[in-house]
Amino acid sequence: MTAPFPTHRQEEWRYADLDALQPVWERFAEPVTLTVGAGEELEEVWLPATDDAQLRRVQIALGEGAKARIFALNHAPVYGRIELEVSLAEGAEFELFGANIGTGLSTNEIVTNVKHVGPGGRSRQVIRSVLNGKAVGSYLGKVEVARGAQQTDGEQSVKAMLLDRGATANCKPELEIFADDVKCAHGATVGELDAMQLFYAESRGLDPASARALLLEGFVMGLWDNVENAAQHDAICTAAKSALRSVV
Amino acid sequence: MTVNERLFEAGLMDKYDRAVASGDTKKINRILAKVGLEFRDGSNWDLDPAFYMLNIKDLHASVDGKPILKGVDLIVGRGEVHAVMGPNGSGKSTLAHVLAGKPGYEVTCGSVLFGGQDLLALEPHERTAAGLFLGFQYPVEIPGISYLQFLRESLNSQRRSRGEAELSAGEFIKLARKQAALLGMDAEMLKRPVNVGFSGGEKKRAEMVQMGIMAPKFALLDETDSGLDIDALKAVGAGINRIMRAPDKGVLLITHYQRLLDYVEPDRVHVLRNGRIERSGGPELARELEREGYAEAAA
Repeated sequence: MTAPFPTHRQEEWRYADLDALQPVWERFAEPVTLTVGAGEELEEVWLPATDDAQLRRVQIALGEGAKARIFALNHAPVYGRIELEVSLAEGAEFELFGANIGTGLSTNEIVTNVKHVGPGGRSRQVIRSVLNGKAVGSYLGKVEVARGAQQTDGEQSVKAMLLDRGATANCKPELEIFADDVKCAHGATVGELDAMQLFYAESRGLDPASARALLLEGFVMGLWDNVENAAQHDAICTAAKSALRSVV
Repeated sequence: MTVNERLFEAGLMDKYDRAVASGDTKKINRILAKVGLEFRDGSNWDLDPAFYMLNIKDLHASVDGKPILKGVDLIVGRGEVHAVMGPNGSGKSTLAHVLAGKPGYEVTCGSVLFGGQDLLALEPHERTAAGLFLGFQYPVEIPGISYLQFLRESLNSQRRSRGEAELSAGEFIKLARKQAALLGMDAEMLKRPVNVGFSGGEKKRAEMVQMGIMAPKFALLDETDSGLDIDALKAVGAGINRIMRAPDKGVLLITHYQRLLDYVEPDRVHVLRNGRIERSGGPELARELEREGYAEAAA
């Protein structure tokens, strides 16, 4: 039986484009499950496709001391959703480096629920959104620290750059902590391109569009610095640069 | 020898400046004739780019409706270094920003010719491609972009718009290393994000490295000397002389203090005050200002 179709009343679907989701729901109703055994490592690089609606709904179970690194570029023409539910056993590490690059009327969102179940786990989420036109880019990120998950180190860094007045960024880092010895940092900013930086770049000879593209590269491309697989690193850099060119 | 040098040697510079400011072409031509320069027929000889690099006429500019420049007249001849000095708030930085095309300034009157081109009609990047370089008083930090990438893309963008071939990554790195070494800057710093974590002195040195890489025709240096220790000041001064002292180049040094002028001897010194050039003279004027202060010297 297919899971019930979501509604905007559900917090994790609050900003979703349900009209775009409707025709493809059957395919994505059930999340994919990835299990990373004790001490093992996983690296995933997720690139955008060309479909109107693109979803990745993934559950990751990290065993003791397991590590997962996800690099995700969310850049769907109509609706893109990257949804992660991650559980961390003792000493596990989870890192997500994600970008929403949205143009026109598109909605791109990254929705995470990171559950620190065992002690000494570490999670780090770095999200950058670049939006033009009337595009919507969202990050809804919940970090749960269970009662026994002492010495958890959780970090959420969320920044959005709005290129037009009509663009919207939703940033919602959320913490639910039941342990008393944890470190959970989160920061969220929404801004626009810096006029001084633009003038500096233009005064060095870059035309306004190239100057904007370069500053946006500076804002986004650092996300991919730690991709270990060289071919995948090149692929996501190329895809991100081309996505940025489409929003400048 | 440039026009201004001839005039200066003949002791006619002040007369000449006054004549230019008054716009009296007959008078200008009479003075020019005295130093063996031919009459230019027509009334717009001073618009001939053979004579000047930068020709500012009656420039008025406002910020947020408030007039800052109130009729600046200034001609920098080929091969010349001019210094613009003046007290705080006199409009020095505004002059640099208006010339480089920084948004937020409204030119309400006047004209600026750069090698025969209407400078004010060009976008900032077009001014740069035409050969203008602005050295920033406060160089800007750009996180996430290395100096090497920033400068290579900038230089190649300039070269494309001039119809010149782009430099390959290898060619560019060679050029950048050479210029960094000439300015006494560790080339490794060029791998770091633009100006991020640079000290004040390092930023100014990096501006000069950029000037060396861009090899502009004309440099507009906005208080490049501020915040420099003595070693950096010497290096920056030597850099200006090496890169910009040439018969086909020109420099407008905007500065508050005389000390940079110990290393870069200007051909002409102008005092900007209340949005106008109040006095012009030779290098001795800078020393006089240093000795007596702006208030005394103006009297």
